[in-house]
Amino acid sequence: MGAALLLTLPELILSLTSLALLMVAAYAGDRSVRMVSILSVAALVAAAFAALLPPTGYGIAFGGLYRADAFSAFAKLLIYVAAGVSIVIAPAFFHRAPGQGGTLRAEYPILILLSTIGTGMMVSAGDMLTLYVGLELQSLASYVLASFMRRDLRSAESGLKYFVLGALASGILLYGISLVYGFTGTTQYDGIAVAFREGLSTGQLFGLVFVFAGLAFKIAAVPFHMWTPDVYEGAPTPVTAFFATAQKVGAVALLLRVAVEAMGSASDAWMQIVIFSALASTILGGVAAIGQSNIKRLLAYSSINNVGFALFGLVPGDANGVSSVLTYLAVYIVMTLGSFLCILRMRDAEGRPVEEISALSGLSRLRPGLAAALAIFMFSLAGIPPLFGFWPKFLVFDALVAIGMWPLAMVGIATSVIGAYYYLKIVKTMYFDEPATPFGASPDRVEGGLIAVGALIVSPLGYLLIGPLGAYSLAAARALFPG
Amino acid sequence: MIQVFAFYLFATLVVAAGGLCILSRNPVHSVLWLIFAFFNAAGLMLLCGAEFIAMLLIIVYVGAVSVLFLFVVMMLDIDFAEMRAGFVKYLPAGLLLVVALGAEILIAGSAWRAGGLALSQRTAPTPEEVPNIEALGTLLYTRYLFIFEGAGLVLLVAMIGAIVLTHRIRGGVRQQNIMRQNMRRPQDAIRNVDQPVGQGVEL
Repeated sequence: MGAALLLTLPELILSLTSLALLMVAAYAGDRSVRMVSILSVAALVAAAFAALLPPTGYGIAFGGLYRADAFSAFAKLLIYVAAGVSIVIAPAFFHRAPGQGGTLRAEYPILILLSTIGTGMMVSAGDMLTLYVGLELQSLASYVLASFMRRDLRSAESGLKYFVLGALASGILLYGISLVYGFTGTTQYDGIAVAFREGLSTGQLFGLVFVFAGLAFKIAAVPFHMWTPDVYEGAPTPVTAFFATAQKVGAVALLLRVAVEAMGSASDAWMQIVIFSALASTILGGVAAIGQSNIKRLLAYSSINNVGFALFGLVPGDANGVSSVLTYLAVYIVMTLGSFLCILRMRDAEGRPVEEISALSGLSRLRPGLAAALAIFMFSLAGIPPLFGFWPKFLVFDALVAIGMWPLAMVGIATSVIGAYYYLKIVKTMYFDEPATPFGASPDRVEGGLIAVGALIVSPLGYLLIGPLGAYSLAAARALFPG
Repeated sequence: MIQVFAFYLFATLVVAAGGLCILSRNPVHSVLWLIFAFFNAAGLMLLCGAEFIAMLLIIVYVGAVSVLFLFVVMMLDIDFAEMRAGFVKYLPAGLLLVVALGAEILIAGSAWRAGGLALSQRTAPTPEEVPNIEALGTLLYTRYLFIFEGAGLVLLVAMIGAIVLTHRIRGGVRQQNIMRQNMRRPQDAIRNVDQPVGQGVEL
């Protein structure tokens, strides 16, 4: 029991910290938000170390319910980094947002921590039960976070929409899990894999389809994407950044593990679902984003588009493909966090957040640094070669071509060109349009530093990271394929 | 013998309480009959040897759910006379529901006679020698400890969420200050006036 608990050390650290900080927040009130935030980030750092360098080595705990392996460590590292950034950037946003009384409430970092625990449980799950409880913990905290600015109508709307559709998706997933359990007699991944090896019965196939539908909702893949633009637009920007990065990584990693470990022996059955969803996501994410005028909505469609590309990497169903997905996720969260950090800098003279794309007009002449950083992120999201965003897209398509699925790769590349249009439109607005009203000053140095680090990583200098990133994600992917 | 007697006692009372729950005109009485039905159902569960479910019925259903119902019923201002209007209008829909439920009962009955439904591969057989509370507890606190605690965190998040989204500090609330109440002396609050007759009162 002690050894099993030690394996869950990252979750243990985060749970105990969030409980202790909840007490601090309850008694000291919102004045303590600074201390609570700092301690939360410290806990995330400690948990990241615990995940990367487990004191007892990797292993399986609680009879297969929980797995600590290279895969979960990689995913957790990305999740904790993204969660830490969304805690760090929050105070400045809530400080200026209207109707917030000028302060961030102390529950914000705690809810982020709790949601992160759920995400960690999801990526470490070795059993449908752990998966579901982790997913619920993550989702429930997200619903609250989405409507955190409760006096803001759009925030409340976003929380409500997310809650209703999320509950529906949970129901679909749970129905799938219960079918799988009923027809295989077990909820454990390896047990399911053994049962699926003898060919799928109709009931098992139904279960598989429902499980994939529920997970597709969580990663916001077409056709279960419709909640994404509304939720991303309405939620407070730091929370949107959290949804688009930490939770997305968690959900995609969860999907990878379920697809490979639990249902790997039925890969023929889910391959069609994944191919359809990947194609539909890249096409819809590319086309629907063109007409958007709100930058948060645009990034929501961009995230749908990117999830499609990540799903392409799952199609080969081998370690190479999975490792390309992991590399994709790592670069994706840097680009997305960077873009959201730039959006946080878009404030009018009184400090109210501005989200219209037209407000970016002529930014290059007013704020050359910010314009350059945003341009780097946009070029990188579009996957244009000298920038680092090109590399993971190349890896994904390379994995597709390696198994001879080059028609799919060609369609993917074509949709990537469609997507490039709206990313480049933002660059064009910033560099070639007449200057609009200038943004107010943003003195926050932490934000500026984070933008600089992000821009540096996705700049061509990022190619120096290819070696370690590739080796690490391949090691993580191999953990899913024993033997 | 005593078991048979207890079974018929509990079973009759469950059915009777269920009927009275539907039939009573006062919604508060309905909830009280519901609670009574839960208690008797718990008794039936005890007879089956499912002590844990019996305790859950008492603790969760009686202790939390029904009391919540009772509060809601008492706090809502529902005009029940108005709700009973339109009986004829909704009669066809109601009859349809009765037919559907009746058919379900028939199907369930015949399915039950055909033999029990068993999982094809049961992962954990029901233990024979330990009472089921002990068996459940052993599993919950060893093998499923991680998920059990996770479920606890889910409930905690629900509680934090409810407070974060609804709690606000309102102005103009008169809070009781017990300290000040206790510090107050009779001479601060009471005034003795020798009131002359026929001159009115000064307040």
